[in-house]
Amino acid sequence: VTDVFISSDNIITSLGFSTGENAVNMLADKTGIQLTENERIAPTPFYASLINSAQLFDRFSTFDDPDKFTRFEQLAICSLKDALSGSEIDLTDSKTLFILSTTKGNIDLLEKENELKFSRERIYLWNTAHLLQTYFKFRHEPVVISNACISGVQAIITGARLIRANLFKNVVINGTDIITEFVLSGFNSFQSLSTGPCRPFDKTRNGLSLGEGSGTIILTSKPVMSAGTNYILVGEGFSTNDANHISGPSRTGEGLFIAINRLSKKSPLDVDYISAHGTATLYNDEMESIAITRAGLQSVPVNSFKGYWGHTLGAAGIIESIMGIWSINNSVILNTKGYNISGVTNPIFIINKPVQKEINTCLKIASGFGGCNAALIFYKK
Amino acid sequence: VKENYIISSYCSIQKNLVVVDNKSVYSGTSADFGEFSASIYKHFAVSYPKFHKMDNLSKLAFLSVELLSGNKKSDQKYKGDEIGIILMNSSSSLDTDRHHQDTIIDRSNYFPSPSVFVYTLPNVAIGEISIRHKIFGEGNFFIMEKFNPQFMVSYIQQLFYNEIIKCCIAGWVEIDGNDYESVVFLIEKTDRTDEGIANFEPGTIQKIYNKMK
Repeated sequence: VTDVFISSDNIITSLGFSTGENAVNMLADKTGIQLTENERIAPTPFYASLINSAQLFDRFSTFDDPDKFTRFEQLAICSLKDALSGSEIDLTDSKTLFILSTTKGNIDLLEKENELKFSRERIYLWNTAHLLQTYFKFRHEPVVISNACISGVQAIITGARLIRANLFKNVVINGTDIITEFVLSGFNSFQSLSTGPCRPFDKTRNGLSLGEGSGTIILTSKPVMSAGTNYILVGEGFSTNDANHISGPSRTGEGLFIAINRLSKKSPLDVDYISAHGTATLYNDEMESIAITRAGLQSVPVNSFKGYWGHTLGAAGIIESIMGIWSINNSVILNTKGYNISGVTNPIFIINKPVQKEINTCLKIASGFGGCNAALIFYKK
Repeated sequence: VKENYIISSYCSIQKNLVVVDNKSVYSGTSADFGEFSASIYKHFAVSYPKFHKMDNLSKLAFLSVELLSGNKKSDQKYKGDEIGIILMNSSSSLDTDRHHQDTIIDRSNYFPSPSVFVYTLPNVAIGEISIRHKIFGEGNFFIMEKFNPQFMVSYIQQLFYNEIIKCCIAGWVEIDGNDYESVVFLIEKTDRTDEGIANFEPGTIQKIYNKMK
């Protein structure tokens, strides 16, 4: 069986433009979620974690003309550029695949003010992927994965499978989503937005906070080995459907439970740490606590990163997986920012202050609209 | 190990025409997909009230699966978590995205609706099919510029080969305004060579796709 290694990564959120910068700010217990006034996104102030536009503009200007690219494209390019600079893989190899994970891509191009700035085709997700392909000179045709909030986890699962099946040697995955009036108004219509910074798994939680993010993870079957480094492998991963409701999670956690259970013939699964989806909506967190308990993992440390950078949609599965891998490498589990007292009926082990712990395996889980769920393992070689 | 994957049935819907397993089974006259899909629903006496709440992408995907000839049989033959649903298209959910954008374009007439917004994700079509047929297995929605038989076949073959699925509903389901085309395959593993419509291979699915163009 071909092993799938992590070659390099990058995270861009309101907390920084690299994985390291994000980690430093998270260790310092900072959050990027703030009360924001932005007339273009919403008529009234809202809580969200937005990437500073001036900073993004300045950064992008150091290597290219920001006016030629949309906000979404600028973020994805910055993230890919940083991750690729730390990787040895050959982009022009026909065995290198580029996957874009996003829910909405350049959706702000539907706004009146943007209609004339870019060509009509620019809004199509395949077109965004092609633009990034051309920019970085990937030879193989790119693929977009769009599966609501599990997109990022699903993209890593898919990339790892394609490498294990020897169809590709390297898979470069970028997950990006921006916060627009389109997205904010939609979540608002569902009444799923929190009245303050989100509080995953907490008794007082009352909704999610949206966030902007771009993350890149590079998978390879042929890592450049150097002595003294931990090598992290991408293990098995599965997606499932609740077959229950398109906009609400299953009350029994059925789909997520099946996905976790599939990861191992042994039950319960042998895992040291769970990076939960933890959006801080009443139903999601409750459902996750049920699925985790049903899988017999109620004593395994769990956290959610959403209190730091909000729900970053198509980027979430990528940047949270990267932080899971960072946790393995640094033997530390970060606290669940915003969490204080458990507000889920099944008592699971939610981490509320940073814990030093040797981590050999990390389970990443995610769930989303359309009833989809995903579970994926990372482990130390 | 040489495993044989066959197309047990397929359904294509485009330009007012429904084809199932190489036979035209219904044709309509409406220029509007909403009307045409409603007429298909009526003609085949589908009874599923949730259909009427779906957006056009979900309706197209739902009907394409509903009319597959073996779907009732495969629902019984396989467990819910043994069936996968892999869909692809070129426009994602843009058809409904435009609809949602229309509801927020004017601040004095602002009426975003959860029943529209939920369909601004293409994989919700997979959710609708899963609910209808009680399918719990692997689901994935890919977006590519054009129908890509090579990618579809190699991705699905490895799902079978690694025993992630035993049966697959896979297809290209594209809608952008009143331009729509779908071709959905029911794929199973067999050790016989005389079963099904054709082998599940890039060449054969390209041929089926081309036939509808």
